[in-house]
Amino acid sequence: MEYILASPLISILFFSVFIPVVDGITKNRTTVFVLTLLGLIITGILAIYTLLIPVETIQALDSSKTITKNMIMFGGFSAYFDILFCLAGILVILASRNYLNREYGEYKEYYSLIVASICGMILIAHSNNLLVLFIGIETMSIPFYILAGFFRTNQKSIEASIKYFLLGAFSTGFLVYGIAMVYGATGSLDISIISSKIQTGQAIEIYLKIGLALLIIGLCFKVAIFPFHQWAPDVYDGSPTVVSAFMSTAGKAAALVGFIIIAKGFLPKNSFNEVSSLLNTNFKLILAILSAITMIIGNITALVQKNVKRMLAYSSVAHAGYLLMGIASNNQDGWSGIIFYSTAYLFMQIGAFIVVSVLERQTENFVTYEEYSGIHKSHPFLAAVMSMFMLSLAGIPPFAGFFGKYYLFVAAVKADLLWLTVIAVIASIISMYFYIGLILQMYFKEPLSKEPESDTGLAKITLVISAAGILFFGIFPQIIVNFTENLFK
Amino acid sequence: MLTEFGVILLFFIIGFLFVAVGLLAAAIIRPHKPNPIKNSIYECGEEIIGEPWIRFNVRFYVIGLVFLLFDVEVVFLLPWAVIFKELGWFAFIEMVIFVLILIIGLAYVWAKGDLDWEKPKPYIPKLEDLVSEKKRF
Repeated sequence: MEYILASPLISILFFSVFIPVVDGITKNRTTVFVLTLLGLIITGILAIYTLLIPVETIQALDSSKTITKNMIMFGGFSAYFDILFCLAGILVILASRNYLNREYGEYKEYYSLIVASICGMILIAHSNNLLVLFIGIETMSIPFYILAGFFRTNQKSIEASIKYFLLGAFSTGFLVYGIAMVYGATGSLDISIISSKIQTGQAIEIYLKIGLALLIIGLCFKVAIFPFHQWAPDVYDGSPTVVSAFMSTAGKAAALVGFIIIAKGFLPKNSFNEVSSLLNTNFKLILAILSAITMIIGNITALVQKNVKRMLAYSSVAHAGYLLMGIASNNQDGWSGIIFYSTAYLFMQIGAFIVVSVLERQTENFVTYEEYSGIHKSHPFLAAVMSMFMLSLAGIPPFAGFFGKYYLFVAAVKADLLWLTVIAVIASIISMYFYIGLILQMYFKEPLSKEPESDTGLAKITLVISAAGILFFGIFPQIIVNFTENLFK
Repeated sequence: MLTEFGVILLFFIIGFLFVAVGLLAAAIIRPHKPNPIKNSIYECGEEIIGEPWIRFNVRFYVIGLVFLLFDVEVVFLLPWAVIFKELGWFAFIEMVIFVLILIIGLAYVWAKGDLDWEKPKPYIPKLEDLVSEKKRF
């Protein structure tokens, strides 16, 4: 039973070792490409299977007798996020082939790196121990540093890589120090033991507070929350666009799972003593303030961008702010809101970045607002899907982005954070301007003399899936919501 | 009453004092008469011919990384080997998988030609590629 539950982990680990082997043996890129797709699909199917296993069966498992010694948790929202990461990997890899061939050259290492980072993400989603969480975050981040500098003769790409690496390594230091402090406070790295020690008041208060604050700083960096968001625009702008699509969605979702796991363990809902209730209220307030500032800063800075890729980068900072609302409200609605919103966000953000990658030439051309004017005449399909993604990102009703925001706002209201909801609504109204502005550019401006060529290839599949995804979950949001509410019981 | 960590702290303090007191005593007692011949490097190094801050070939780092990997492997193997009998076959299979993954890594590096010291075709970036960067916000 245990091996079945761990099968997504085993499968992705196998493929992340096996794909480099094939890469070393063969010179054929299509083989590696197909194998990567196959690996992600298999992992996704195994994750769907483990997700459907009833919770009682998993709880009946005696965790002390399992081989993983309670370091890894199974099923539930972990399995859901596994599916999400595999989906993001599949969508991005489909779109990458043409883009890489055109811009720089398709190297087989790209696929190995993507799979290795997905391996790290899945480990984060399954972690029930701070060390496993840390290993997962590192396994995810190190391929990201390489992928950001994947165009190694392009100066912007190298700059992005170095910036991300230096700041990422620094933030990892915070994370490790936080873990050490928490270990000092509670004498354990196991999240369930830490949780029970906090609830019974056995933890040393001062170390616990410092440790939790440092952990939150480390994770905030990975999610790009104010004041640790400054790397995000430069990195997302400088990296290859397909990599930005992957980092800004799957990477962010992975760091958010880390947040959910930490919040579930450290901020207990039923506060039995003074320390834990104080911890609860204070950290909720801090997270709420951070989330409010992040969404306002992200949206206002995105307002003045002339470059679509940079605009998307700043908007991803703003969306990190919305997602943090779910952590700040610290209840089941918030967590299931995060799950819904990261699903919707994955489709819309990957879609938007892929449209940019399809139109862009030599990483500098066809990325500004002016160059998008009137492209609905030459590229009706791209203009149509891009408008859908923009409307969804802005949160207009028929698309999934609206319901994602709605559920998060509801969760915040239920957690007595009405002021945060008001700020979030104001921030999303500000964001309308630049999302709708792009649609105006595309449909109501005269085309430029030089028209972009389109080179979609397999990216068309990605765009169709993303567009279908945001429409489907926009029209039938209950499917995910009914499902996810059971995951946190 | 000392805890286990207290003993370690005491160890640190004594170790620090041991070195500090020795150096300090030597500094107080010894005569101080430097001259060029006395200050020259004798039997413990070479004459300095340049700065140590030069560019290393990047392949030193590749070799260094591979070396580090197998160094860490030994750190894992040693405690496992010590209590091998108590752990039994399960741990043996685990260790085989672990070593196998590392061997695959070595094979990968080998197949990619990173263990060959002389690369066939070096890529030298053109100046035009590096300077043609647009200004951005």
